[in-house]
Amino acid sequence: MQTVTWNALFWIIIVFANINGVAKSFLQEGEGRMLYYYTLCKPQVILSGKLIFNVLLSVLIALIGFSVYALILGNPVSNYIYFLLTILFASIGFSGVLTLVSGIVSKANNSTALMAVLSFPILLPILLMSVRLSKNAIDGMEIGLMNDKLFTLISVDAIVITTAYILFPFIWRN
Amino acid sequence: MRKTWWKIIGVALVFYTLIAGLLLDAPRLAILNETIRAMHFHVPMWFGMVIMLTASVIFSIRYLRTGNQKFDTYAIELVNTSILFGVLGLVTGMIWANYTWGAPWSGDPKQNASAIGMLIYFAYILLRNSITDPQQKAKIGAVYNIFAYATLIPLLFILPRLTDSLHPGNGGNPGFNAYELDGRLRMVFYPAVIGWTLMGVWLTELRIRLSFIKSKIDEED
Repeated sequence: MQTVTWNALFWIIIVFANINGVAKSFLQEGEGRMLYYYTLCKPQVILSGKLIFNVLLSVLIALIGFSVYALILGNPVSNYIYFLLTILFASIGFSGVLTLVSGIVSKANNSTALMAVLSFPILLPILLMSVRLSKNAIDGMEIGLMNDKLFTLISVDAIVITTAYILFPFIWRN
Repeated sequence: MRKTWWKIIGVALVFYTLIAGLLLDAPRLAILNETIRAMHFHVPMWFGMVIMLTASVIFSIRYLRTGNQKFDTYAIELVNTSILFGVLGLVTGMIWANYTWGAPWSGDPKQNASAIGMLIYFAYILLRNSITDPQQKAKIGAVYNIFAYATLIPLLFILPRLTDSLHPGNGGNPGFNAYELDGRLRMVFYPAVIGWTLMGVWLTELRIRLSFIKSKIDEED
């Protein structure tokens, strides 16, 4: 299989696994439990808890996905450090976006269809960057070239997480 | 007739753009040739869109800080006009691409990024329509609007610069700054940006007033 196809398929699997897995974070909470959390602690604490769990879940999904995928379809990766870094930072970005959007959807009408429609276009910038970066890691590009892209990915993650922290208290309050 | 002067300026500038942009002498560059005139109609759409989306985010922030329903109406109507500008920007870009690149859509990073940007704001409209309670709608809409803007900026301004693109300004193609040096284009381009943006603001103002009148009628019923 060509490496381009391998890479594209891999990230499609990761994204849809994430939308289905991570997106559940607020959707499965009942009204009563939300109220209980609300009396228990500050919104930032709730978001931190959800985020940490979701990042771990997302990394786990990606690692399991990668190992099974590599076993069945072959493993073309040549620079493992950067490939795993890409997976890590993509997971942080994905779970940041999906956690906030699932908070938004849980206040709207709780439908999974709305979840997918709202989160997919916002996920795309992070996805596009990760696809490019992991293609470079597969081809074993020069490290200097990859560092630039990695830093861009990290800064987009930082933007996403920061805005999530600023905005979450507003959707949590009512 | 209060505050009509900026509307008159807007109309005058757009007419000036139409006449001067199509008739005045334009620099002759390889491949681009006469299609360079598309710049007076295509690029101001994106300028106007980004300016109005920025204003919309500012109103969303002010809504979250004050809870005044008025600011939410400003934000949503600005997004509506921005979507119109974005669609026009895509269409004018496709017309231009049809002559210079040979096909209206070639999957160029800039084209894809702006199409995704449109999708984000379609999702915003969809989200607002799925909530019935007006206060909830305003609050959640404002949160999504701010979040969407924070991801739109890297999408439009950072991502296309990381890859090769055929779009002017990328991958060694002469960009906006190279044309800007030419006084003949600058003379039309800057008035065009101001004129089209004023048109957008006027359109938004009309829609905001319409929406206020509608909510007043609903209250009286």
